[in-house]
Amino acid sequence: MSTARANRITPYLFMAPAAVIMAIALLYPLGFMVYGSFRDWDPSQSIGETEFVGFKNYVTLWFDPAFRESLSVTLIFAFSVVTAEMILGVGLALLLDRNIRGMSLLRTLFILPMMIAPVVVGLMWRYMYHPTVGTFNRTLKSMGLEGVDWLGQHALLSVIIADIWQWTPFIFILALAALQSLPRSALEAARIDGATAWQQIIHIKLPLMMPVLVVTALLRLIDAFKVLEVILVMTEGGPGLSTEIVALRISRTATEFRELGTAAAMSNYLLILLLLFTIGMFTLTRLQEARAKRLARQIQEDE
Amino acid sequence: MPEIRLDGLVKRYGNVQVLHGIDLAMHDNEFTALVGPSGCGKSTTLRMIAGLEGVSEGEIYIDDRPVSQLDPKDRGLAMVFQDYALYPHMDVARNISFALRLQKRPKAEIDAKVREVAEIVGLTDFLSRKPGALSGGQRQRVAMARALAKDSDIFLMDEPLSNLDAKLRGQMRAELAIMRQRVQKNMIYVTHDQIEAMTLADRIVVMHGGYIQQQGSPAELFKSPANKFVAGFLGSPPMNFLSSTLAMEGDTLFAKGQGFNIAIPAEKAKSLGRTDGAVTLGIRPSDLNHDPNAPDETALDLQVQVSEYIGAQSVLICACGSANVTVELKSETPIALNETLRFAVRPEAIHLFDDKTELAL
Repeated sequence: MSTARANRITPYLFMAPAAVIMAIALLYPLGFMVYGSFRDWDPSQSIGETEFVGFKNYVTLWFDPAFRESLSVTLIFAFSVVTAEMILGVGLALLLDRNIRGMSLLRTLFILPMMIAPVVVGLMWRYMYHPTVGTFNRTLKSMGLEGVDWLGQHALLSVIIADIWQWTPFIFILALAALQSLPRSALEAARIDGATAWQQIIHIKLPLMMPVLVVTALLRLIDAFKVLEVILVMTEGGPGLSTEIVALRISRTATEFRELGTAAAMSNYLLILLLLFTIGMFTLTRLQEARAKRLARQIQEDE
Repeated sequence: MPEIRLDGLVKRYGNVQVLHGIDLAMHDNEFTALVGPSGCGKSTTLRMIAGLEGVSEGEIYIDDRPVSQLDPKDRGLAMVFQDYALYPHMDVARNISFALRLQKRPKAEIDAKVREVAEIVGLTDFLSRKPGALSGGQRQRVAMARALAKDSDIFLMDEPLSNLDAKLRGQMRAELAIMRQRVQKNMIYVTHDQIEAMTLADRIVVMHGGYIQQQGSPAELFKSPANKFVAGFLGSPPMNFLSSTLAMEGDTLFAKGQGFNIAIPAEKAKSLGRTDGAVTLGIRPSDLNHDPNAPDETALDLQVQVSEYIGAQSVLICACGSANVTVELKSETPIALNETLRFAVRPEAIHLFDDKTELAL
């Protein structure tokens, strides 16, 4: 083999282990799931014995009110938590981006919730939400107020609060890192140009943080669509279907209803949805850039 | 156009005091250069005037109004930063108009102003570019235009040219001098480059170690430096310093050192008030002329160590006893290394400094 040829091949050789792992750990299960979603598949059968049913699983799901309910719960849950977490996380980062004594300790304390295992978070909140012995209702009652039916009537709100508690720190640390990497002198220039603290945030800080914030929101959104453990532990999807997010429904369809094909089709719906979000988000930023360029050209032509 | 007055300005960081009571008045429509080596406190002084650094003690007055507790935006000033500090997400036009847009001025007025200042700094063709798509020199112009657009009477510049390469720096310096004639503002300019200070400023304030060493017009500072530091800082190549001892010989006062014995002009000798003791003799390279026939009492005999050819002139670094002396010489003069040449000293250009206090005598 010639040296030039060997040199060309070498990088691929180095990448090969990663490619193999990707294929085994990612592409194979994904392909398996897509294949399975077109079959009527009971866990007692091996996949070779199953019957091909075409798009039946997808069509059934599309018209299944329970799945639609589950999908809308997921959408409400995901968008509520990401919106609230973005506002709180970025807001806190803007507030805590300063050098005062003990700030580093405070920041460390702040990111603790993120490090707790989701099952533990679920258990913890379940006990705190407990109607009689839970922290919240005991506190309310000691103040002479009525207890709240946290995991009953307000189950979705309660799981949303728990998720916000756990994941706001994630947004916070990324937003803080973005803030601290902003050019100091540009902010000083803005102060001299007459920008108030608010105007600095609106005109300088947020626009400059935006690329990081978009990616952060996207990551959180993808994560929020897949959340399972916390809700499983806290409510098991109940009462009724009020907190049954898609991930939970997938798990139940596969285990309780023993319909692996349907569960696979459901997973694919979720996958498609997330892909659409990702593509949509990137298209949006591309469009914004293109529009800015077009406007700039127009202004120049006008002059 | 306002007068800026600094009154006993002190800056401390924890226990470290970096400015020790700066008293300074900058007059109407004056171009003041704060100049000094790194860490002398010149940038800190400027940033305190701007309001970006707090004042530990003392007060800053703009037109007799104390401003040290005011926000930068309430002091009515514009500033050009060393790294330009442009807003990377805004195009040039929006960078320039940022302050005006914050003031909610009418759009037509803003557009007119942007065009006006863009024309002054030569940016008209680049208004729709983002800073990332501009060269260093163009970014520098945007920073300048942004400061000009604000229409404030005070214009602060913090080493505005130091991020440019040498050639561009010279060009921008000339453009700055031209802009200076068009724009009537009270300008304060911080630099470590004495040539920028000398060429641009109406008044130079030399700082060192958190103290003002001397202030005055470039010519005043160049001709009669108040101490050895100012003498050595201004001028390129820098002034030569030689240790010497004063001694009377007959009617004439001489400064005697290793390998020289130079007569002090009668007038200067009279004003010294002393006729003996150790002093430092200071002579600028430009005051030393190659003259083989110069009499002993106005001459230095220098042995050439290094010759730096820089075109029409060569800079020679020579030995005079154990000290080094820099001189300038026309390049066509034939010289050989280790050759000893005689240089005449212009008597009126002799500077003397006290050995201990380093003050000019």
